[in-house]
Amino acid sequence: MSTSPLRLVTSDAREVQLPSGSTLPAVESESQLRGLLAGLSGVDAVGAEARAAKLATRSLKKTTKLAALDLAISMVDLTTLEGADTPGRVTSLCTKALHPDPSDASVPSVAAVCVYPDLVAHARHVLGTSSVKVAAVATSFPSGRASLNVKLLDVREAVTAGADEIDMVIDRGAFLSGRLGQVFDEVVAVKEACDGAPLKVILETGELVTYDNVRRASWIAMLAGADFIKTSTGKVSVSSTLPAALVMLEAVRDFAEATGALVGVKVAGGIRSSKDALRYLVVVNETTGSAWLTPDRFRFGASSLLNDLLMQRLKQRSGAYVRADEFSGD
Amino acid sequence: MSDELTNSRLGEMAYDPAPESAAIARLKPSYGLFIDGEFTDPSSHAAFVTLNPANEEPLASVAQASSADVDQAVAAARRAYDTVWSKTTGAERSKYLFRIARLIQERSRELAVVETLDNGKPIRESRDIDIPLAAAHFFYYAGWADKLDYAGYGPDPKPLGVAGQIIPWNFPLLMAAWKLAPALAAGNTCVLKPAETTPLSALVLAEILQQAELPPGVVNIVTGDGTTGAALVDHPGVDKIAFTGSTEVGRRIQQRVATSHKHLTLELGGKGANIVFEDAPIDEMIEGIIDGIFFNQGHVCCAGSRLLVQESVADDVLRRLIRRVDQLRVGDPLDKNTDVGAINSAAQLARIKELTAYGEEEGATRYTSTCALPDKGYWFAPTVFADVAQSHRIAREEIFGPVLSVLTFRTPEEAVAKANNTNYGLACGVWSEKGSRTLWVAERLRAGVIWANTYNRFDPTSPFGGVRESGFGREGGRHGLEAYLNV
Repeated sequence: MSTSPLRLVTSDAREVQLPSGSTLPAVESESQLRGLLAGLSGVDAVGAEARAAKLATRSLKKTTKLAALDLAISMVDLTTLEGADTPGRVTSLCTKALHPDPSDASVPSVAAVCVYPDLVAHARHVLGTSSVKVAAVATSFPSGRASLNVKLLDVREAVTAGADEIDMVIDRGAFLSGRLGQVFDEVVAVKEACDGAPLKVILETGELVTYDNVRRASWIAMLAGADFIKTSTGKVSVSSTLPAALVMLEAVRDFAEATGALVGVKVAGGIRSSKDALRYLVVVNETTGSAWLTPDRFRFGASSLLNDLLMQRLKQRSGAYVRADEFSGD
Repeated sequence: MSDELTNSRLGEMAYDPAPESAAIARLKPSYGLFIDGEFTDPSSHAAFVTLNPANEEPLASVAQASSADVDQAVAAARRAYDTVWSKTTGAERSKYLFRIARLIQERSRELAVVETLDNGKPIRESRDIDIPLAAAHFFYYAGWADKLDYAGYGPDPKPLGVAGQIIPWNFPLLMAAWKLAPALAAGNTCVLKPAETTPLSALVLAEILQQAELPPGVVNIVTGDGTTGAALVDHPGVDKIAFTGSTEVGRRIQQRVATSHKHLTLELGGKGANIVFEDAPIDEMIEGIIDGIFFNQGHVCCAGSRLLVQESVADDVLRRLIRRVDQLRVGDPLDKNTDVGAINSAAQLARIKELTAYGEEEGATRYTSTCALPDKGYWFAPTVFADVAQSHRIAREEIFGPVLSVLTFRTPEEAVAKANNTNYGLACGVWSEKGSRTLWVAERLRAGVIWANTYNRFDPTSPFGGVRESGFGREGGRHGLEAYLNV
């Protein structure tokens, strides 16, 4: 997995070289999977956090900032995941997703709205055939504490109701107790139940705690067929952090180099300011590069972030801040 | 999954210029010598110009101190020692040091810009490393000033008297702090000689000393070239010489003070080995190698300029390393997104070019970053040499620039043997996830500082210094006090 031929070149050395075509290694047993994961390099926590902190000092100005803000808007999975969600609430969210700033047609739509499965049909109805996807959190989100059958039923119903994308949670209990095969098998089963809909696999990095675990869980999810790996549910005290996202992006980069498969990354939970969002984009830019600077491969799971992006965008263009009520409060 | 996509360009999102304003430096057209608490003209009225190495434009005119000026400075230091400083209690000295530390923090933005203009180092480094660490050293030794009884040198240890301190151009303010803070805490008075190419931050520090109302003569700053330093080294009124700089000059200084009563500490060159085992945490290790050699353009005495990598992972490490080298942003040091700045002087650039030419001649495989370099100023693109042999000059001599030599090893014994096969002994790094092996290797390395799974980490609480041709004496920590106490 680690050795590829050394190329002492000058012209294209900045590129992450990806073999064409996908050669996903087949995982045939838990012990084989375990061996594969044991072969991964460890993560030095101090070093990873230092690297993330250093990247966070990048200063984005002028056209770079404007382009990055627009890119970030287009990467938002506008999310509502509350017990109090209603069709009315989802309608207003979908309306916002389509035209985040109705007074300015140059503002891109967001990537998706993200809702619980029972509201998928309604979101689908409001969004119609627009480019904005409907993403559903399934598999007994957020804890994942249900039988596999219940989780699969959850997924199938969401897909049937019109979900374009499924956000699943891994069984953290199984992972932490060493039942790695079970985690893998569940992702495989859910992927099948998605029936072609892209699958985002939530690792819940705040519950995995160590970066070594984050790296291993990333590989399990990718080997099992994840289209995206996602940091968090947003429902536990530690959500997405820059170093955890860095470790996941490194895993995605190494996986692409080893297999040719390009897996996306979604960061979610606690990302509220444009400054935070731009920091993530810098980490993407300097870890995986251009192929991930697109909504197809990088997403922000967020709600209040969108208004801050809009406000900064307007500030960048007009030179002045507007009051928060200038934007709708969904 | 995409078959058509075969590559992904790193750093494709280009960053618009984000320069810090040079005006923040508030530079004056000319600076005098700082003697007895006042800025004074040198007796000969001689001066030299200090340049911005990033564009070769003059920054300010600075006084050239003659031996007569050095004489005055030493006399002022002696007077201050006899009449004021030796009678000042530790608690009082501590107050001055705390005050200096806080003033450095208050003027940190200005100091960072001054440092970057005069030295060529990226503003990110002067802002995040040089200036905060300089303040931290004053804070740390402020705490020791009234606790010298408990430093482990017996009750009531005495200062040496007047310390002559000669500092290099690579970390101008930080090295001034390393020298002044422990000396003052221990009760000495000082004559500081900044490097010829980077005198400005020390002169801003002189203003800070005035602001802090440090008694006149306790610290004197004499700017000039090598002759000024030689006058200070030879001055009979000096009790202690502390020098940081090249091994060559350090050797001459040691010869000159050998027959005198003077105490001496030397912090000299290095050819640090960064040892990478196959189980190292790869991503953080790559960053550590990058930090080890490209931090401060490689103008670091403890730089990890030799990479010793286990042969089983050498290809992968080199591939990732070169990819990362190409990502380094080289250019305007004042730009907040710059990773690697300008080489400090034309002379240093010539030295780097000379040694790298040998590298090619001797058969090493050269890889140089494809980054664009500015037209004006002193620049050298980050460079990695693979296939380096122990006998190559680039594996033996200190280049003091952004140039890494990569060698391989097979066993821990071989790694230790190769790492120790140098006349220097300042710093080494060991990268492995296996603690027992790291300790085994660290015990056998002949160097003053060993970093495990990190590199170029500095902290005022930790002693720093070398063995063999890297010098003797320690700076930082409790050990750093010993250099300024009569023990």
